[in-house]
Amino acid sequence: MTNPHGRFGIHGGQYIPETLMNAVIELEEAYNHYKNDPEFNRELTGLLNDYAGRPSRLYYAEKMTKDLGGAKIYLKREDLNHTGAHKINNVLGQALLAKKMGKTRLIAETGAGQHGVATATAAALMGMECVVFMGEEDTIRQALNVYRMRLLGAEVVAVKTGTRTLKDAVSEAMREWTTRISDTHYCLGSVMGPHPFPTIVRDFQAVISKEIKEQMLEKEGRLPDAVLACVGGGSNAIGSFYNFIDDKDVRLIGCEAAGRGIDTFETAATISTGRLGIFHGMKSYFCQDSDGQIAPVYSISAGLDYPGVGPEHAYLYDIGRAEYVAITDDEAVNAFEYLSRTEGIIPAIESSHALAHAMKLAPTLSSDKIIVVTVSGRGDKDCAAIARYRGEDIYE
Amino acid sequence: MSNIAKAFKNGKAFIPFITCGDPDLATTAAAVREAVKNGADLIELGIPFSDPTAEGPVIQGANLRALSGGVNTDMIFSFVRGLRTDVTVPMVFMTYANVVFSYGSEKFISTCAEIGIDGLILPDIPYEEKEEFLPLCHRYGVDLISLIAPTSENRVGMIAKDAEGFIYLVSSLGVTGERSKINTDLTAIVKTIRENTSVPCAIGFGISTPEQAKQMASLSDGAIVGSAIVRLLEKHGKDAPKYIGEYVKSMKDAIRDL
Repeated sequence: MTNPHGRFGIHGGQYIPETLMNAVIELEEAYNHYKNDPEFNRELTGLLNDYAGRPSRLYYAEKMTKDLGGAKIYLKREDLNHTGAHKINNVLGQALLAKKMGKTRLIAETGAGQHGVATATAAALMGMECVVFMGEEDTIRQALNVYRMRLLGAEVVAVKTGTRTLKDAVSEAMREWTTRISDTHYCLGSVMGPHPFPTIVRDFQAVISKEIKEQMLEKEGRLPDAVLACVGGGSNAIGSFYNFIDDKDVRLIGCEAAGRGIDTFETAATISTGRLGIFHGMKSYFCQDSDGQIAPVYSISAGLDYPGVGPEHAYLYDIGRAEYVAITDDEAVNAFEYLSRTEGIIPAIESSHALAHAMKLAPTLSSDKIIVVTVSGRGDKDCAAIARYRGEDIYE
Repeated sequence: MSNIAKAFKNGKAFIPFITCGDPDLATTAAAVREAVKNGADLIELGIPFSDPTAEGPVIQGANLRALSGGVNTDMIFSFVRGLRTDVTVPMVFMTYANVVFSYGSEKFISTCAEIGIDGLILPDIPYEEKEEFLPLCHRYGVDLISLIAPTSENRVGMIAKDAEGFIYLVSSLGVTGERSKINTDLTAIVKTIRENTSVPCAIGFGISTPEQAKQMASLSDGAIVGSAIVRLLEKHGKDAPKYIGEYVKSMKDAIRDL
């Protein structure tokens, strides 16, 4: 799917300062070496299984299925991974790679804090230094995760520039990387940024669709009719889609954050409202104004509150292989509450965007159809914010 | 022969950077004219971008002030047209790829040529991505300036060979901003550049004092100063142009006769 220059169709590329070029070239060479190295893969599989708890479960949500009255719904339980989200899959891979490259320090951006927590966790495990950049606004929305990162020994830097959210955290992590390259690996958390990150992160997350496929064949003896996942930068979605891309009968549906609606300025739905641009190292779709200034996007979900989308998603959209829909804050919050009550599973507000679309889609399909929804993370971190959204004044 | 070559005919070149529209375009115009009057050889005009990932806090601040003041790309093009009625020194734009791409790359670059912009500095366009804009730059006669960094190592020769206009040699790791000391071994990098091209080479990032300018210009063909000038704008606002004039004079005097 990737051509030699890190392109997905017209998207992708390496739009970064010269200062970082040798760093990304070094990373690409190391990755190309280790991805086929049996010892590396044995170590990584060991960590994923024994430390992170893989494989994650594929759970038949029977009550939800019966209540919605349509397609059979399975949940891919990435929320059950160690640290509570799919982010650990990528982080263990990158941290191990960084260690093999002789790096002693990890830096990362984080939105909801899940990638930051996963990076801090891997750094603690592997004895590496860790600095996490997080928009100041998000340090307030996700205060519990800030504490978790500090507890794990990481330094958390509250970024006070721009909209003080994920976009600014990425910019600040990139700036930090240009000041210190020799001992530092930038552990990027999504399928975005300059080549080779979109490919590396996708490969480490592709374990999700590999497992879904095996588990689905085992349980149902066939492939699902649709796979749904939420999309910010798009790492859990690409991980959920990747091994189904060649199975043309499987619909792939990415669920973006519409915020207060795609007809308002308070949205983060990049594919619905953005246009082609160049930012954060890649060519892709971005929410931007007519002069190319990046838009101050909004979503209730800190993890989806990003003005761009990974280049492979932009490509899958261009060629019509994947569909992208926009889910509002209200719809996501309803799904958050619905899954909690119906199945006893509190999903992350990010994942709730995919669940909200499943709630719309399932009743339109017949009962012999099967859909899989990736629950990318668990929702404990969101409880206080959702309570406040509903008018209850609680704080962690 | 690139028009930019003129900038390197009066001894070592002094190249100030000013963000267009910080705090407004009238102040930028006055600042450019003061800089030229006091010896600036080439003017680097910044088109503000919402998320300038190669900039330190000082120039980030200038970008924000300019954008909240309401400037946009069309206003900056008209502003340059006005400047060109009397300003004859070479001028280049410094901005980010998305500003050019979003405007329409061909429309942007052809307009640059038409209004008298001689080159483009795009810090998020490395050698590997220059084909994004280079064919259009060649068609319209606008130089796409190459940057070389302390981490470029084995890439220096390759970049230098294809360079046009001038080479922007980044003095240190990190983002733009004043530094008390520049530690990179620039002599070796400049030597490799010289072996591969006759295009002049100016050093930027971290330079603020006449002593630093002298040190950097003695290694190369000129010194580029951004944050120290932007700081004058941050401090004095609309009154900054006369301070910028005095500052440019002190810097050019320090390097003129090296």
